[in-house]
This record gives sequence, C-alpha cells and structure tokens, in this order.
Amino acid sequence: MTATTELKNIINEENVVYKKTSVLLDNEMHYCPGCTHGVIHKAIAEVIDDMDIQEKTIGVSPVGCSVLAYNYLDIDWQQAAHGRAPALATATSRLMPEKYVFTYQGDGDLASIGCAEIMHACNRGESIVVFFVNNAIYGMTGGQMAPTTLEGQVTATSPYGRDCQTTGFPMRISEMLAMLPGTRFVTRESAETPGAVRKLKKAIRKGFENTRENKGISFIEIVGTCSSGWKLSPVKSNEWMKENMFPYYPLGTLKDE
Amino acid sequence: MGDIRLMKGNEVIAEAAIRCGCDGYFGYPITPQSEVMETLMIRRPELETGMVVVQAESEVAAINMVYGGASCGKKVMTSSSSPGISLKAEGITYLAGAELPALIVNVVRGGPGLGTIQPAQSDYFQAVKGGGHGDYKLIVLAPASVQEMNDFVELSFDLAFKYLNPALILTDGVIGQMMEKVELSEFKPRWTEEEIIAKSGTWATTGKTADRERNISTSLDLDSAKQEIFNHKLQAKYRAMQENEVRFEKINCDDADYLFVAYGSSARICQKAIEIARKKGIKVGLLRPITLFPYPIKQIQEMLGQVKGILSVEMSAGQMVEDVRLAVNGKVPVEHYGRYGGIIPTPDEVVEALEQNFLGE
Repeated sequence: MTATTELKNIINEENVVYKKTSVLLDNEMHYCPGCTHGVIHKAIAEVIDDMDIQEKTIGVSPVGCSVLAYNYLDIDWQQAAHGRAPALATATSRLMPEKYVFTYQGDGDLASIGCAEIMHACNRGESIVVFFVNNAIYGMTGGQMAPTTLEGQVTATSPYGRDCQTTGFPMRISEMLAMLPGTRFVTRESAETPGAVRKLKKAIRKGFENTRENKGISFIEIVGTCSSGWKLSPVKSNEWMKENMFPYYPLGTLKDE
Repeated sequence: MGDIRLMKGNEVIAEAAIRCGCDGYFGYPITPQSEVMETLMIRRPELETGMVVVQAESEVAAINMVYGGASCGKKVMTSSSSPGISLKAEGITYLAGAELPALIVNVVRGGPGLGTIQPAQSDYFQAVKGGGHGDYKLIVLAPASVQEMNDFVELSFDLAFKYLNPALILTDGVIGQMMEKVELSEFKPRWTEEEIIAKSGTWATTGKTADRERNISTSLDLDSAKQEIFNHKLQAKYRAMQENEVRFEKINCDDADYLFVAYGSSARICQKAIEIARKKGIKVGLLRPITLFPYPIKQIQEMLGQVKGILSVEMSAGQMVEDVRLAVNGKVPVEHYGRYGGIIPTPDEVVEALEQNFLGE
C-alpha cells in the first residue's frame, strides 16, 4: 500500500477522534492573536453541540469585541445595546421558557455600563446563563480602563497606571453577584490551558442545565487576555494574567446550589 | 353591543393589550402613567392569556426587554412618560435599526427635565422627528379619547408588524387619567409558536432550525456601503407609511373659513372652541391628525384654497406648528397657540387666540 492509500483508509468516520463542531462557523474570526474570545466561543459551541440544543439556544451578544459573536456560532442571536444584554435575555427567556438563553459580555459592557442590568437580572434569578469575559480592559475601543482594570495597570485612559484613589478599585463582580439570592451558580474560570478549557466546558454545561430548573441564574466569569490592549505578546499575556489577574480574581466556584 | 365600561385611559391601555394578544409588557413606574402597569399587575394576565408582565429596574432595562421580546417575534410593549421616554430613546433607535415591531406608549407630562406631572404635548418633536440618534421614524398615533386608547393598541401592533418598525402612542396626562365610556375590544388569543414562525420566521430569533440560516437581530453593519443601502430601505419604508397610513379626522370643515389643527386632548378642546366660535359667527373647523407620523400633509394642503388662516393648537411652545407650516408652505398664515408646563388651555382662550390672530380683535 502506498502512503496515500493508507491515509485514505484512515480518514473515515469510524476513526474520528476529534472534529470541529458545526455549531462553530467557518467565518474567519476578527479577534487579535492571543485573544481568549475564540477559545471561549469554541467551548460554548462544543457544549451546545454535545447537549444537542442548537435549535433551542438563543445568544445575546454585547457591545465590545464580541459584538460580532453572531458571526461565529450557528445559532439565533440578538445583538444588544451596550450593557443591556441581560435585559434582552430576561424577556427572551420569560417569553420562550423552553429555550436556552445566554448573554456573552465583556467587562466594560457588564461591569461598567451594564452594572444595573446584570445586578437586577441576577437578583430576579432569571433562568439564563451569563458569560462574563474579564480581561481588565476595554478592547474594541482601543484599550481604555475598565472597572476591572488592576491597580497600577496602564491603559489608554490610565496612562500612568490605574490610581485607585481617583478611579476606584478593581471590581470583583462575581463575588458581588454571588451574594444575591437569585444567583445559583457563580464560578470564575479561565481558558489558557487544555485543562482550564475542560473545566470551563463543565461549567458551561452546568449553566445550561441549570436553566431548565428555574432556580436562579448561572454566572460564569472567564478571566481572559487582551494582548493588544495589554501590549504584550500572546505568550507574555498569559504569563501576565497568571501573575496579576489570578491573584486578584482567584479562579474557582464561588457558589453552586 | 360589546363590553362597555367606564375606565381611565391608562387602564384601557393595559386592558387592550391583554385583549389583543400582547405577549409581554415591560415597564417602570412614572407618573402620570403608572396605572398601566398597576392594572396589569392586578389583572394577572399570565394566568389568563400567558402574557408576561415585568417591572424592570429602569426605563432603560424595560425598553431593552422589549427589544429582546420583539426579537423573538412576540407582541411586546412598554409605557412611560416623558423623562422615561428620554431614557428609552436609545432602545427605541435600536428597535428601529433592527427593524423590530414593538409598541411604546408615552403619556406625556410637562418638561423639560423632571418638569411637572401635569399633562403636556411637548414631546411631539421627540416622537415624530426621531428622539434617539440616526435617521429613523416611528409610527406615531395620537388618541383623543379613551376609546382611541383602546383602539390604537391593536392598531399599533398591526402597523408595527406590517412595517417591522416600532409604533408609539403619543398621548398625555389628560387622556391617560380621565375616565370615559369605552367599548373594549374582543379577546384575541396570543400567537402560537407555529403562527410566530409562519409570520416572522425569516427574522425572529426563535431558535435556529436545520431548515434555515440563523436569524440575527442587530442594527450593526460596519460596512458603510451596506449601511447606506440599509438606510435607503428604511427611507422607502417611511415613504410607504406616508403613502398608506395617514389617519386624520375632519370636524366642521365643509364651510370653514378658518382651521384649527390639533391632536389628542388639544383636539378635544378645539371641538368645544368650535362651538363657541360658531355661536359668535366664526366659521372654524378642525383637522385632527391621528397619525403624527405619517403626517396628514395632503389633507392640510387640500384645505388651503378654502381657509384664510390656520391656528395650530398644542400644549407646547410650538412643535407640531412646524409641520403645519411645512405643509402650508406660506400659502396661508399659520399661527400657534399653546399653553405649557402642565397648563391646559380653555376653549375660550383658544377662540380668543383665533380672533386675535386672524380677526383683528
């Protein structure tokens, strides 16, 4: 047998050990090299595929880098005004309680302009999943300070480093929301290693499964990187995240009821 | 005869919503329209028709809940009063930009700012000229009675779904708060999921099935060339509304030498003013725009060969009068009479203004 025929025999359905999920579309992603969004998108797409809920899942995308998330996951999408995704998701899940509804929001969107909407959606215990991607910076608008920006962190609007005396302190959103009786599952994950992605996918599945029981909201924070905003290479970004973000935003489940 | 009641305008908005098969109401309390949500909370339509009623944390959240619900192809609405509508303006332009049908009710109070809780018509510009950012229009209906509060809820939804555009009922504290006889509409069932898919399956986010592409509810297109084409599409839609949806009422116009143009509660005041003026021998009629967008431009122009002067009567410092003047284009004198800040003009004042402006008295 030639090498070519050998290969042809190997490439068949029964030998498949890995296949890109069809829920993740083939559109070229606009994210910068080293960005965590693509990995998170894929993790969500794979869970949707595994759970066979593509036809029942509605995503709500934010304003921010992931505004175009609807180009990447093959599900129905609503694109929200800045910060308002939890309001859209509230109505969508109330009006179509049999669907799986999630929001996908960054830290500027959720922790700053959308603070009221996320707080009240959590307080009402809406049957939705929230993906909160925290990279401590505004990405799309060009790297400005976010509520989650770390003390001393240099951004376009904190060029001398974040001064907490005048700009406030980095907000630990998950800890705040875990205090609300309306939240059922609050966890902080990451996606920088295969192990972390596996853990993340477990959390995503739990979140979607929770929505079936009307027992509160599932809030999944993912600490991620922003190589462009942080002005670091993808590898250095991961190192900086582990050294600086993880101590302040410790990974792990805060609440699981 | 149907179901005849004595009800407040605001209560009727709520009742009409339930009866026309509305799927969801999302609101936030503000005077003078809080009875809309209060009535819904008392009626508990979730037990009767399955209609969802949510008290949101803010007007901003409420209008964005409307955006979410409208994206699902559902009949959804909100109501508020002037300062609250300003807060909703962002959400309203997103609805228009995403071509989503929805009903917004503005029970107008005096402004600017926190203003007053008394009635006014000073949100005309906001309602018909945009209000939020971008080149968009709302379908704007102006009820002049509690009966029309009932009738225009279903009509607004019909028009909103016909054009895939938000519709706004522009009323005020007078119509919202006063009680009148009203014949309520018959109950209609809410649309089933199958009906929604049949009607709105090409755009509604009901869950992507294998037989179609994913539906995306968005107002974003970063490609300017495509954004311009989209804007052309919107403008064509607004022209079609202007062509097909103008609604108005003419009262005592056949022999009129002078014309009042007034909408909503001002039109009611003008009806009394007509009686007073005619007793004095002044032949005056009323053209009442029912749709404020699209505006009855042709209908005003048709009166120009007949009348010697037009008085636009509004509870504002003079907003709709600009549209009257655009229609008239200098062919006859157009004046404005208004009280504002929550003051309601009397019919005698209106007649006096007519006389002062056109009869040299």
